[in-house]
Amino acid sequence: MFIAIGFMVLGTLFGFLLRKKEFKNISKIITLLIWFLLFILGLEVGANPQIISGITSIGIEALVITLAAVTGSAVAALLLWKHINNRRKDFHEE
Amino acid sequence: MKSSIVIVSFFLLGLLFGHFEIIPISAVDNDLSLFALCCLMFCVGLSLGNDSNMLKRFTMINPRFYWLPVATIVGTLLGCAMISFLLPGRSIMESMAVGSGFGYYSLSSIFITEYKGAELGAIALISNIFREIMALLLAPLFVKYFGKLAPIAVGGATTMDTTLPIILKISGKEFAVISLFHGFILDLSVPVLVTIFCAF
Repeated sequence: MFIAIGFMVLGTLFGFLLRKKEFKNISKIITLLIWFLLFILGLEVGANPQIISGITSIGIEALVITLAAVTGSAVAALLLWKHINNRRKDFHEE
Repeated sequence: MKSSIVIVSFFLLGLLFGHFEIIPISAVDNDLSLFALCCLMFCVGLSLGNDSNMLKRFTMINPRFYWLPVATIVGTLLGCAMISFLLPGRSIMESMAVGSGFGYYSLSSIFITEYKGAELGAIALISNIFREIMALLLAPLFVKYFGKLAPIAVGGATTMDTTLPIILKISGKEFAVISLFHGFILDLSVPVLVTIFCAF
């Protein structure tokens, strides 16, 4: 399962070691691979009648998870923002 | 925005091809997609490691802002964990795996499809597209109610590219490097966290 992450670590190391070299086509290759893989994902979803018939509930579920994720991260950002500003105030008062 | 539309088009094209059995699903075996995924991850790593200017710029950030990616990750995961109790048939781990996409819909949906099947993969794709759209459209609202860091946190893994322009406009130009740093860390965390939550 962790094999894909292993490849990313390997790539990062490679990229860092060869940082004087420029890889011009790398973003094109990334885009092509993403197109290919998402095409396959579409293929799998399209060929699965259970998913197609339940696409409304899948969409609603996706939206609910997104709202939770977005709200959670926004609240966390607010707490950090307040914390940083409070410390700034303390600093000025000292 | 244009590149996002192209990416989604490829998904929709696959959807049509699969639905009308133009290409039989058996033609694409699992090894091929895993191989493509590994190539993709190698290239992603290569492009991140190769960008030495990026790493240099990160040293200029005020250390207090190093906590922002942590806040985004913890906040997102807590939200997803809590909401999973309202979703029948969806486990905490599955909900957090979807949330761990942080708006990086292409990569997270590919990973989740590989590990958990096409249904959760489709949820991850749609959910993370929603996240990017919200980050783009609702940034002014987030600034107003949740402070200047909120558009960056909501943008998740996209704050290095697609949502960067809107963040600079809404939160201010002084947040450029923080936004880049945040996107960089979140980009790296997506495959790691998604894999961890899919393992359970």
